[in-house]
Amino acid sequence: MLNYIIRRLFYAIPILVGVNLITFSLFFVVNTPDDMARMHLGTKHVTEEAVWKWKQEHGYNKPLLYNETAHGIKQLTDTIFFEKSVSMFVFDFGRADDGRDITHEIQSRMWPSLAIALPVFLLGLLFYITFALIMVFFRATYVDFWGVILCVMLMSISSLFYIIAGQFLIGKLWHLVPISGFGNGLDAIRFLLLPIIVGVISSAGANTRWYRTLFLEEINREYVRTARAKGLSENIVLFRHVLKNAMIPILTGAVVVIPLLFLGGLITESFFGIPGLGSYTIDAIQSQDFAVVRAMVFLGSLLYIAGLVLTDISYTLADPRVRLE
Amino acid sequence: MKKNRTQPIDTNCLSALAGFFLKTKFNTTFCVSLFLLGLVLSGCSNVWNNPYPASDAGKNILYNAFAERPKHLDPVQSYSSNEILFTAQIYQPPLQYHFLKRPLALVPQTASKMPLVSYFDNNGIQLLPGSTDTHIAYSVYEITINPGILYQPHPAFAQDEHKHLLYHTLTPQDIQAIQTISDFKHTGTRELIADDFIYQIKRLAHPRLHSPIFGLMADYIVGLNEYADVLRNQDKTQPENSFLDLRKFPLDGVERVDNYTYRIRIKGKYPQFIYWLTMAFFAPVPWEADHFFSQPGMAEKNFTLDWYPVGTGPYMLTENNPNRIMVLERNPNFRGEYYPDEGMPEDMENDLLRDAGKPLPFIDKIVFSREKESIPYWNKFLQGYYDASSIGSDSFDQAVQITGQGEATITEEMKAQGIRLGTAVAPSTYYMGFNMLDPVVGGRTPEEKASARKLRQAISIAVDYEEFLSIFANGRGIAAQGPIPPGIEGHHEGSEGMNPIVYEWHHGEAQRKPIKQAQTLLAEAGYPGGISRKTGKPLVLYYDVTARSADDKSILDWMRMQFRKLNIQLVVRSTDYNRFQDKIRKGNAQIFEWGWNADYPDPENFLFLLYGPQRKVGNSGENAANYDNAEYNRLFEQMKNMEHGPQRVQIIDRMITILRKDAPWLWGYHPKDFALYHSWYQNVKPNRMAYNTLKYYRIDPKLRDRKRYEWNTPVIWPIGTGIVLLAVVLLPAWITYRRKEQRRVLQKQTA
Repeated sequence: MLNYIIRRLFYAIPILVGVNLITFSLFFVVNTPDDMARMHLGTKHVTEEAVWKWKQEHGYNKPLLYNETAHGIKQLTDTIFFEKSVSMFVFDFGRADDGRDITHEIQSRMWPSLAIALPVFLLGLLFYITFALIMVFFRATYVDFWGVILCVMLMSISSLFYIIAGQFLIGKLWHLVPISGFGNGLDAIRFLLLPIIVGVISSAGANTRWYRTLFLEEINREYVRTARAKGLSENIVLFRHVLKNAMIPILTGAVVVIPLLFLGGLITESFFGIPGLGSYTIDAIQSQDFAVVRAMVFLGSLLYIAGLVLTDISYTLADPRVRLE
Repeated sequence: MKKNRTQPIDTNCLSALAGFFLKTKFNTTFCVSLFLLGLVLSGCSNVWNNPYPASDAGKNILYNAFAERPKHLDPVQSYSSNEILFTAQIYQPPLQYHFLKRPLALVPQTASKMPLVSYFDNNGIQLLPGSTDTHIAYSVYEITINPGILYQPHPAFAQDEHKHLLYHTLTPQDIQAIQTISDFKHTGTRELIADDFIYQIKRLAHPRLHSPIFGLMADYIVGLNEYADVLRNQDKTQPENSFLDLRKFPLDGVERVDNYTYRIRIKGKYPQFIYWLTMAFFAPVPWEADHFFSQPGMAEKNFTLDWYPVGTGPYMLTENNPNRIMVLERNPNFRGEYYPDEGMPEDMENDLLRDAGKPLPFIDKIVFSREKESIPYWNKFLQGYYDASSIGSDSFDQAVQITGQGEATITEEMKAQGIRLGTAVAPSTYYMGFNMLDPVVGGRTPEEKASARKLRQAISIAVDYEEFLSIFANGRGIAAQGPIPPGIEGHHEGSEGMNPIVYEWHHGEAQRKPIKQAQTLLAEAGYPGGISRKTGKPLVLYYDVTARSADDKSILDWMRMQFRKLNIQLVVRSTDYNRFQDKIRKGNAQIFEWGWNADYPDPENFLFLLYGPQRKVGNSGENAANYDNAEYNRLFEQMKNMEHGPQRVQIIDRMITILRKDAPWLWGYHPKDFALYHSWYQNVKPNRMAYNTLKYYRIDPKLRDRKRYEWNTPVIWPIGTGIVLLAVVLLPAWITYRRKEQRRVLQKQTA
């Protein structure tokens, strides 16, 4: 298994280079270094000299991908792409265009993101699986019928609506929690309740239906019939046998997102005033801060690859028949 | 008193809630958890939804919000309003705007009196007052500051027993253990001296800083351009990011007279320079702070002067987390400034002179919370968690009603909450510009130019900005008669200020000319009925705008409709802001929209937007329309150096007449700011030029606490209802489950 993991990590290098190249190309198709300079210098009294000085200071005064004026290997290395990319592979993300250290920002902002994403992930998993199993248990009854209708209704509503409705009802009308904001330490709990509730409910429809489908596929298998024939109660059949055998598809969807929990939610963090990495990324896109955008995309790719490796490992734990070679 | 009354009610609510659940015996553990949750939610406060710590209740704190994180807090770099909001409370330039007087008047801040301005000729001989401007080679501003002003407590000033600076020889290892500036055990202060102002002026040319006004100031301050070269060369010889000691390099344009007096030498005459002395670009910066933050390892921990300002102002930044919260606290070393004891006649009626002569500031702490979205911001304002709020389009109808006379008043709902409305016309202008280099709307030959002028005049009449403001801005603005907004010299009210090209004076008000007159002008321009007389084809014009959201579609449709009145087809070319700017810079746009916020309340700051040498194309100036009229240019040059007075107004009037006739812009509108204030927020007088006004504001925290409690009592019945509802839904399922299990057991037994 170790060999497999090492091999997968090596495969990650060309993927990361590719992702970096695509991010770089997409970003600079829309924004030139001149645009970035003007964005940071403001719209008033900006001289060409100031633009040039900004580019020089931030290392954007070189060619993007190929330096015709250089010789040898420098034609490739004396470029914005090389200089901005190579440091990331040693996790030196450098500085944002406003001068702040990106690594420091990521370290401080990933915890608020995780404080929402982890409970939403765990509670959601628990809630969706339980709800799906209940529907399967009562399949072809009014519980299943109305449960599916409820799921379809929940799926049909935009996540933004849940946020606004949650803030309106729970925060504004009933005054039960702060509408938005964040606190330090345990004080953060009261700010997290609403986004967590909204996070769990907004994904409930799609996820519950997905798990219900998985369980319904399993419920007609022979081993289930055998378990029932042995006289096991239905809840033991469902929670002990069906759930265990449906683990592989559940893990495929669940484990891969675990590392990405650090990156936070873009809309949720903006609306609830959570100072996490989601709002950091949105800010960077809005202010055309390439240094932050590429760091976040790089980190996202890396965590996604880590998630895929973790998923593979989790298969071996869930099903002893799976071997990683 | 209030606390004693409210606390038992709160506890009773929770007890009742817990009691209700326990009595139902539905699920004891769940109910106990819910009860504990309630306690967590409430903390020690009376309400559950208070976003601030309960310990802050009753304190003299102002709660404010910011949407965009400030990029720079270094006074040499910060220029955006979201940055100045902070720097203006911390840094003190020599001058400031009078808080109450209108039109805006300059008064000393750190200066002991207004600067003495003297003029010199090429030979260095001082000119007598009244000498002609053409003889002036240099202007000298002599500024004397008040003695005894102290900096905020800061580790950069901390000294040991031998009077050596304590934290100026730190190693990266020393800094490693420090997490925030408050982790430094010792702080110190020192008196403000003239050298600190000089140091800051030198910083405008610092090679590692990007002062947005360096280019502008290099044209005026003697030797600043050359000084930048000197510093750049010196910087190359030093280790990267090390301290560049500006004290060692003299700048020709500034001179220290004594500890409290310095002089700034300006090329020629530039009367508007005095307004720049109200901005943080000219506020003092102590060299100690610069050196302190230049030490190796500081920047890696995000400790920079750009993020930890050091000033003499009424407030100091004690928490700087631009992702969530920024906190200003009273500077304990600040003293010597008092609330003004004179203002406008209406200020007495509005209770704005109640605190006359009292020492500033009134508020102990200002908490700025980051609120990126308008909906939570608005709702928290209504709950009393923000003390003031602007009004977004989606909440406008809830907050403001327009009377039959077109006057904006607060709605009954807001009135019941004690909220009051403040309005002020902003010193800004939003206009639609014509690119004068374009052959159709600008013209090339004299005949084409005359024809294009008539075309522009026709469009000026057709595009009804009164209707625009009414439909799309809820009436928050006034249709512009020229480039100069109200409150600034050269703006006239009534028939005197009317644009006769577009309006006629009827029944005591300016009325837009009938569309027939526009059609006549269009025919005279060579496009009768919107068809080109030369080509026989319909006239098609191109309108460049920045990328629009779906919401703005109606505005663009409306704009097309305005042009359709003249049978002109308007093609909207929407693009992103970068490409839009690029088009304007290269002169590739035909018609475009743009705006301008004034730097200072002088007509020169608006009229220069149409000054020929300020053209975008070729000169990279601010004249986006590339308008160039020789007479206008001459008058502008004459006007810009003149002192305020009737003679200057006369020239401005002449310039405005030329502009109205040439119509290089559709004059658009001057936006009106609407803001709401809670009843406990006092001494508020809108002033869009001055940002250092927080020191004048006052809060009644007791009233605020009382109102917050009234407005935010938790509504707990939905929790109970939700649980009962869940039980009602699940109970039949539970019964079905039990029956199923029983049936199974029975089947087993039968078998």
